[in-house]
Amino acid sequence: MHPAPSVIIFTTFSGLGFGLLFWLGLGAIKPMGWGAFLWFFIAYAMAVGGLIASTFHLGHPERAIKAFSQWQTSWLSREGIAAVFTLVVMGIYALGALFGVHMGFTGFIGAIGCLATVFTTSMIYAQLKTVPRWRHWSTPAMFLLLSIGGGALFAGQVTVAIVLLLIAAVMQYFAWMSGDGRLSHSGTNLKTATGLGTIGEVRAFEPPHTGTNYLLKEFVHVVGRKHSAKLRQITLGLAFLAPILLLLLPFNHFFALLAVLCHVAGVLTLRWLFFAEAEHVVGLYYGKR
Amino acid sequence: MTQLPSSTQKKLGLVIDLDTCVGCHACVISCKGWNTENYGAPLSDQDPYGANPTGTFLNRVHSYEVQPPNLKDGSKAAAQLIHFPKSCLHCEDAPCVTVCPTGASYKRQEDGIVLVNESDCIGCGLCAWACPYGARELDADEGVMKKCTLCVDRIYNENLPEEDRQPACVRTCPAEARHFGDFADPESNVSILTAERGGMDLMPEQGTKPVNKYLPPRPKDEAPEFDVLAPYLEPIAQDAKGFVGWLDKTLSAMPRGAK
Repeated sequence: MHPAPSVIIFTTFSGLGFGLLFWLGLGAIKPMGWGAFLWFFIAYAMAVGGLIASTFHLGHPERAIKAFSQWQTSWLSREGIAAVFTLVVMGIYALGALFGVHMGFTGFIGAIGCLATVFTTSMIYAQLKTVPRWRHWSTPAMFLLLSIGGGALFAGQVTVAIVLLLIAAVMQYFAWMSGDGRLSHSGTNLKTATGLGTIGEVRAFEPPHTGTNYLLKEFVHVVGRKHSAKLRQITLGLAFLAPILLLLLPFNHFFALLAVLCHVAGVLTLRWLFFAEAEHVVGLYYGKR
Repeated sequence: MTQLPSSTQKKLGLVIDLDTCVGCHACVISCKGWNTENYGAPLSDQDPYGANPTGTFLNRVHSYEVQPPNLKDGSKAAAQLIHFPKSCLHCEDAPCVTVCPTGASYKRQEDGIVLVNESDCIGCGLCAWACPYGARELDADEGVMKKCTLCVDRIYNENLPEEDRQPACVRTCPAEARHFGDFADPESNVSILTAERGGMDLMPEQGTKPVNKYLPPRPKDEAPEFDVLAPYLEPIAQDAKGFVGWLDKTLSAMPRGAK
């Protein structure tokens, strides 16, 4: 799949923003007044900034309001509704905090909304039968772990962050290893794609056009796979290992900032790989994957 | 509405005969010609006369080489070249429709055609992601999703002569490899063709239940066996006598001589 920057920025920063809002909503930290303004500003900047970034890849962003209508079947529509609901609820909670009122129940509802938003985001990818690597429970698990793990890191919840990032690292390793064989185990191959497998071995002989097209640009991306092993090591190091080590050191604001920056860079790499490595079955028709 | 109809009154679709398709790409051209100036936004091209031309097509023809397994005597059967036109299969369980966030994609209850209402399309591309067949392409100029309409603006068009009221690809095919009809009617041309020739689904394991069916290539003739003539076709110089025999033996006996 084509790793579009807008979608990588969206999934990374929205995930972190809603993760931070989750911990704020649960009351893990209860900033008041100007402190609250700063915390909620950071969280909203990431969550809303990510959502805005996601509209950059749309052909017609001016019609985006229509995307709230098909929640009965569409995970993308559900995500939009969950995001707006959560941002409104957490907005009320943040307003209270700004004026020194802690509304525990509102925050709790907002925290649930954060999880729901991240889950619906992950289901946009996990629902796709056409991308076997994504169609697995580890996809929503990873989105949720990275969101609340990264959120805990931002919120300064040292112990929780270390535990969640450790689990996330193991889970991500599992997702990569199990995902590598999922296309070949999916049962979809050039034989079923063309229906010609009953005659014999099928080979793509000539593509429809000599040039490229939308399908090849969007769905067939091979550069990511070429450097997959290296990028996976970089991801594990930056997103998980470095932040955990920095958190284990005696607390210091500089180390905390470094941990956050490493984590963000790591998750950006992780998400780039998430898209770049994923194989869409339409590539089979072109003798590619 | 992105909820799929539980059943449709008609199931309009195509039968594509892989045995007779000659790979001329006439359907590609007639499809682009009709659809770029009728239903919805034009099918744009980018850099059409430059070094790297691309463009939107609703129908593309691939070519595949199929190598049948070895014959009984262990020799290789001849490889086959099969031309493979591919457009929207108007699936009964269309995954492209249910993922659409705006309701722009829908499947018609009356005839089962899957269409895009372009004025509602935000160009998110998720429907193209959900389609295993590569039937949908986002137009680079218009930013909306384009797909085969089964020439909905031809098949019901009373301004056209009766023989033209079928999809442009079907109308133009010189090999008659494409057939249009109603699969809900067991007596229709497409239903009969599918039953007689073993019409098949593409990627049945994806669970999309495509309406369009592909007719597999008919079995090809095998290489004839030479049982009757074989004794007469033995190499003639195996037991050479006289001077040729002596020459054969002498040359063979020389270092690196052919045995």
